[in-house]
Amino acid sequence: MSQQGYVATPPYSQPQPGIGLSPPHYGHYGDPSHTASPTGMMKPAGPLGVTATGGMLPPGPPPPGPHQFGQNGAHAASHPQQRFPGPPPVNSVASSYVPYQPSAQSSYPSPMSTSSVTQLGSQLSAMQINSYGSSMASPSQGPPGPLSATSLQTPPRPPQPSILLPGSQVLPPPPATLNGPGASPLLPPMYRPDGLSGPAPPNSQYQPPPLPGQALGARYPPQQANSGPQMAGAQLSYPGGFPGGPAQLAGPPQPQKKLDPDSVPSPIQVIENDRASRGGQVYATNTRGQIPPLVTTDCIIQDQGNASPRFIRCTTYCFPCTSDMAKQAQIPLAAVIKPFATIPSNESPLYLVNHGESGPVRCNRCKAYMCPFMQFIEGGRRYQCGFCNCVNDVPPFYFQHLDHIGRRLDHYEKPELSLGSYEYVATLDYCRKNKPPNPPAFIFMIDVSYSNIKNGLVKLICEELKTMLEKLPKIRVGFITYNKVLHFFNVKSNLAQPQMMVVTDVGEVFVPLLDGFLVNYQESQSVIHNLLDQIPDMFADSNENETVFAPVIQAGMEALKAADCPGKLFIFHSSLPTAEAPGKLKNRDDKKLVNTDKEKILFQPQTNVYDSLAKDCVAHGCSVTLFLFPSQYVDVASLGLVPQLTGGTLYKYNNFQMHLDRQQFLNDLRNDIEKKIGFDAIMRVRTSTGFRATDFFGGILMNNTTDVEMAAIDCDKAVTVEFKHDDKLSEDTGALIQCAVLYTTISGQRRLRIHNLGLNCSSQLADLYKSCETDALINFFAKSAFKAVLHQPLKVIREILVNQTAHMLACYRKNCASPSAASQLILPDSMKVLPVYMNCLLKNCVLLSRPEISTDERAYQRQLVMAMGVADSQLFFYPQLLPIHTLDVKSTMLPAAVRCSESRLSEEGIFLLANGLHMFLWLGVSSPPELIQGIFNVPSFAHINTDMTLLPEVGNPYSQQLRMIMGIIQQKRPYSMKLTIVKQREQPEMVFRQFLVEDKGLYGGSSYVDFLCCVHKEICQLLN
Amino acid sequence: MATYLEFIQQNEERDGVRFSWNVWPSSRLEATRMVVPLACLLTPLKERPDLPPVQYEPVLCSRPTCKAVLNPLCQVDYRAKLWACNFCFQRNQFPPAYGGISEVNQPAELMPQFSTIEYMIQRGAQSPLIFLYVVDTCLEEDDLQALKESLQMSLSLLPPDALVGLITFGRMVQVHELSCEGISKSYVFRGTKDLTAKQIQDMLGLTKPAMPMQQARPVQPQEHPCASTRFLQPVHKIDMNLTDLLGELQRDPWPVTQGKRPLRSTGVALSIAVGLLEGTFPNTGARIMLFTGGPPTQGPGMVVGDELKIPIRSWHDIEKDNARFMKKATKHYEMLANRTAANGHCIDIYACALDQTGLLEMKCCANLTGGYMVMGDSFNTSLFKQTFQRIFTKDFNGDFRMAFGATLDIKTSRELKIAGAIGPCVSLNVKGPCVSENELGVGGTSQWKICGLDPTSTLGIYFEVVNQHNAPIPQGGRGAIQFVTHYQHSSTQRRIRVTTIARNWADVQSQLRHIEAAFDQEAAAVLMARLGVFRAESEEGPDVLRWLDRQLIRLCQKFGQYNKEDPTSFRLSDSFSLYPQTIAQWRKAGYQDMPEYENFKHLLQAPLDDAQEILQARFPMPRYINTEHGGSQARFLLSKVNPSQTHNNLYAWGQETGAPILTDDVSLQVFMDHLKKLAVSSAC
Repeated sequence: MSQQGYVATPPYSQPQPGIGLSPPHYGHYGDPSHTASPTGMMKPAGPLGVTATGGMLPPGPPPPGPHQFGQNGAHAASHPQQRFPGPPPVNSVASSYVPYQPSAQSSYPSPMSTSSVTQLGSQLSAMQINSYGSSMASPSQGPPGPLSATSLQTPPRPPQPSILLPGSQVLPPPPATLNGPGASPLLPPMYRPDGLSGPAPPNSQYQPPPLPGQALGARYPPQQANSGPQMAGAQLSYPGGFPGGPAQLAGPPQPQKKLDPDSVPSPIQVIENDRASRGGQVYATNTRGQIPPLVTTDCIIQDQGNASPRFIRCTTYCFPCTSDMAKQAQIPLAAVIKPFATIPSNESPLYLVNHGESGPVRCNRCKAYMCPFMQFIEGGRRYQCGFCNCVNDVPPFYFQHLDHIGRRLDHYEKPELSLGSYEYVATLDYCRKNKPPNPPAFIFMIDVSYSNIKNGLVKLICEELKTMLEKLPKIRVGFITYNKVLHFFNVKSNLAQPQMMVVTDVGEVFVPLLDGFLVNYQESQSVIHNLLDQIPDMFADSNENETVFAPVIQAGMEALKAADCPGKLFIFHSSLPTAEAPGKLKNRDDKKLVNTDKEKILFQPQTNVYDSLAKDCVAHGCSVTLFLFPSQYVDVASLGLVPQLTGGTLYKYNNFQMHLDRQQFLNDLRNDIEKKIGFDAIMRVRTSTGFRATDFFGGILMNNTTDVEMAAIDCDKAVTVEFKHDDKLSEDTGALIQCAVLYTTISGQRRLRIHNLGLNCSSQLADLYKSCETDALINFFAKSAFKAVLHQPLKVIREILVNQTAHMLACYRKNCASPSAASQLILPDSMKVLPVYMNCLLKNCVLLSRPEISTDERAYQRQLVMAMGVADSQLFFYPQLLPIHTLDVKSTMLPAAVRCSESRLSEEGIFLLANGLHMFLWLGVSSPPELIQGIFNVPSFAHINTDMTLLPEVGNPYSQQLRMIMGIIQQKRPYSMKLTIVKQREQPEMVFRQFLVEDKGLYGGSSYVDFLCCVHKEICQLLN
Repeated sequence: MATYLEFIQQNEERDGVRFSWNVWPSSRLEATRMVVPLACLLTPLKERPDLPPVQYEPVLCSRPTCKAVLNPLCQVDYRAKLWACNFCFQRNQFPPAYGGISEVNQPAELMPQFSTIEYMIQRGAQSPLIFLYVVDTCLEEDDLQALKESLQMSLSLLPPDALVGLITFGRMVQVHELSCEGISKSYVFRGTKDLTAKQIQDMLGLTKPAMPMQQARPVQPQEHPCASTRFLQPVHKIDMNLTDLLGELQRDPWPVTQGKRPLRSTGVALSIAVGLLEGTFPNTGARIMLFTGGPPTQGPGMVVGDELKIPIRSWHDIEKDNARFMKKATKHYEMLANRTAANGHCIDIYACALDQTGLLEMKCCANLTGGYMVMGDSFNTSLFKQTFQRIFTKDFNGDFRMAFGATLDIKTSRELKIAGAIGPCVSLNVKGPCVSENELGVGGTSQWKICGLDPTSTLGIYFEVVNQHNAPIPQGGRGAIQFVTHYQHSSTQRRIRVTTIARNWADVQSQLRHIEAAFDQEAAAVLMARLGVFRAESEEGPDVLRWLDRQLIRLCQKFGQYNKEDPTSFRLSDSFSLYPQTIAQWRKAGYQDMPEYENFKHLLQAPLDDAQEILQARFPMPRYINTEHGGSQARFLLSKVNPSQTHNNLYAWGQETGAPILTDDVSLQVFMDHLKKLAVSSAC
């Protein structure tokens, strides 16, 4: 089925003056009128023709020629192929504000032309990519609504190329708007002005994505802006042949215009700019409200009173003073807190403060912990709480004189007075039952049903545990195997051989032994080895196919409960638990629900057993990490619930094959076992007066509105917290946040980890927009959307996301940007890449209502994202694509990334793509033989065996360098990425293409450019 | 009367039968007036060294309602090769194999000396004996050690091909798999959850696995039995394993906090044991041997909670119906006992503890299945050790002195009907012409199941004379009774022992002396005691005592020689002289059937070696207490002797011959005086 989601770019009439004033005609998501007019000229709209959007797609005759659209008529034509040879990217210095310059000129033959316009910033004028509307209607893109695929199907696909280019896109390409609106001095002009080009020259046309397998690279070198909206239709129609394809490919020389992808804001550019300006430097957190470097920028962070951005990142570092302002801007006020984030070795670890039996000093009223925000007064005898303003007496043991500026003399000696992050030793008051906690334990629970035995997994796990346990910190371990019954093992050190205790009462599972289940590995080493040797044989003849699941978790939890310690369960599970027991699941994977209001059911657990089980687990400090090895539907939405709510991790290996997936699994397992982790945690986020935390997202459980409970939290888990105003905020005092996590260390010590962060407040919207961080925004949007998936129709969610994006930008445009033509798309500098990232989020399979996508995969990704930190979500939504063929073997630098678009690929190239879960090595058909030889140790492209997940170790600089790069990318990522070797024009390329997120998605989802146009249109509507 | 004594003794030797009356009153009315019912003590497997079993099957009467076995009392027509059933008078053809019989060539079963004969049946698959140990681990360390040693020792005593299994329990119940190499494996059950037999079998994997898998591999049809025997393995195969397993057995590891009893899941453990055998070896001789060191404290069958501050139910609690758990627990164990009996298995209870262990609630397990019940202070005593060892003693043939899964079938001649049986048996509910409507003991049937029995197992069988007074039986007429016992011999063969006895009828009016002389007062005392005990199970204690008293007085009135209202004139003949004493003893003993106490009286006078001899002969082994005057242990003795001096009468008698015995019981002297007074009283 070829869905021609996005169809022809409207012709842009170059000579037409006033084009710039014409509104984008297509932004209208879901405008049904588009369906009606698959092709056609957009009628010229008035200067503020937004209103015209609805009807702007008169079903005009397809333009015969590539460029004849005299005016901003756009075609929602079936034809995607319009090439926009447009302006080369102009990466010039821009002001921090990079509004799109409205390009009034009718044509922008070259970027330079834009400069003629006086408007500042890049502009996107006359975005008459009217076809966008229809592309939005393409199946994946729910919000656009009723446009059925069929309408886009272009059934009347014109056979001739000329007809295929009905609507040439009118895109103003003023890429280089240099003049930032008086670039704010605070911000280094690090961003290039990104502009959607103004009206495209008549010859610009959207280039449909080259048909897969066709000489894409050759024809369209990456820099050539052939990034027309990727059309699902076109892609899917391949290899059937898109009739118009060849012709069009042949036709680029025609003077059609299209929006030059290089003219739209580039995430890569933003990343590179930040890296260039701030990378490798020391970032000191001494100033309230300062904006940290991007997550993609490496630098050294020095704690000077505010928590490192490794721990807390905010959507904006300047809060609006009033809730009215907040409502106006609709920018979410949120913090993404990763309390246990890994600190690189070149930064100082957290100090541990021990006040002995007196415990931490806390505000009497709001219970905030002593921190740099406390103001000492009266000669040091009292202090005023920065959060609630209560004046407290300084406890005698804590008294210290003040110096001439009113600071305690011991200011720099006490971490809690001078640092943003530190830890307290907790007293017994902070422990369960006022007893010091027992050290945590790990329990390994292995599914020994037939499939796991047969594919060798059980043996692999047992073998691996033997070596892995050696490296474990001093921690107690226990072992359980199960199929439809549970086997507990007594591995007490004084036993000659292990004892197996079978619990068949899965209906009401219990722990059959006390002593000898949880043991010290070092003491019981020989018995444990004996056991691990025997387990694979013990069940070698088992034919048991059925498994239970909830009882397994229950058993682990009961065992920890009996031992009165927190801990972590490692469950290795493979199938839908169909055996008669609590938590029994049936296969309910109903594709018919997709794209209906009931779709949310697929994301909800099948039974409430898991929900209450998760609550029990959290209550007893039992975290569950689940390794899933499904060969078919296993209902991740149900199975994953407990891991999610208990702060565990879910790993999934579809159709596990020993030789391919072994390494990925082992890496994950090793990494997970060695992770820095806190157990039995409660997090509390306190704020200064005027605002408070209202919503929390992450692998957490909340029994009331303030306490965030986590059975465990590791270095990769982040909690996103949304704030709302209670009252006015003052610019003087700013907005202060203190996040306190009470937890038990791996060695059984009860501690408090405190992170403090001060944000600015402003009554100027411009300040707010200046201080936003898009990566954090996307993290917030992703989590809130993925949470909403459980309760709301996906269509509504997608609409909300688009609307809010438009709203934020429109508010900026209205209140902050310099006056400009309405048709201009003006983006605040800090949100330059918000549209592309938002589009990536919308295209994520969770939000794409497509039956082709596995329900489990959607549930899985939903769950992963819920606990992601900013860095992980950034990479996840916008993968890293590295041109390997440009590798400089002499340098240790990574090659500069390129944008995730097929147009960036080339036949002669080799590209590495990573998104945190997957890694692809894409090989162009004409990849340089020396590289092939170097990497694979085979003579030619044809000899490469793609059936591998590890690159061979070839003693040659290319190989070494590539593997090193892969190592660097993998580093610090919570999930081990499975490497897939993809040859150009072979079947697996389809999978790879889904990650080229700037293009139109395989299962729908608009291209970046389309989306931008859509947003632009929405904004215009809002502005009207 | 030496002749009757001899007669009784001979009969007992030969047939294992002792009747209360060896001459039978010939009418219902007269029989009722005899006070002591016509009844017998039957020892079905009475050891008969001189009785080798015959290697063929018995010949049965062809009348479907009769099916009596051919016996010496039958009339035989050698020429016509016919025999007449002496119970229903049916004439039967001899089977072809008997073609050669004649007056001089008789089969054994027709010879008078073979009134008891044993047949060996070749039919049917023989399955090995099964011993399932159910072991409490909530014991003191040395107790557990002693028990472990006893159990390990017992492995060498078991028949080598016997199957053995092990279940241990404390807070949890563990069923041990015995065939594992390299790892010891057990199935664990919560001690608080009552499980149905089906659930237990499912959970132990005893039910047949889903068929599809098996159909795929039709080659191994015998897979199932293997699975079911994971828990029960031949001793010779796994004795090393099991010895180790027993050796590694630890005390229940769950902590018992101050002021608590250990959690002991006896009820569930037994339930699982029963379920396991039920699912794997129904109707095969099997012994569940429960070793427990305290009362069940949780789950179904709990007798007392784990709070030490709440003491285990006392006699007062029971009397006032204050024993919280008793009814429920009793019900649980009764249910188990009935299931066990239905499966033909038996349950032994070895309860060793200083405090009570809940035998009251559990007693039905042993009682209904013919198991042993042994009570001791500790597993670390010779009482337990030797008793336990003695279970595995062998007879002169080298066979274990135990038999299983017996059914006892009784036929009577038409003047008699069966009123019931009292002993380690359950009714099989077989109605028939010779079943009386009046029940004494377990009645309403002519067949009973005795799941476990040994050569001393004895049942009291009660009869009713139904002959009407106006239909006299001709002089010299004899009544006959046939006892047919099917059982599984310890050598695993099926056998049938048939005992056919006959006694003379006598008219009470004319032959009272005869009847009186043929009174077996020992047997009668035991039979009455059984009746008393049986009634006590269902009736109020005082009522039973009154009933016993009244029976005694009536008996004395009937058979004593006295002048009315003159107690001093009362005399009883020799054959009755002991009965009242015995009854007095029983009366004191309440309704607990504890025959072992009886012999302390003898011990009192006997030298120590006498005591030893008795100890060797008795089962269960009696508690042997060596004490001296005034010693603390003397209380055991004093509680058993005739209290001729108590604190009540000490000063009245003004004697200083010994210490008073602190008891409310009356002395025999007072008892006899009172009895005589009542017997001669016309008011009664």
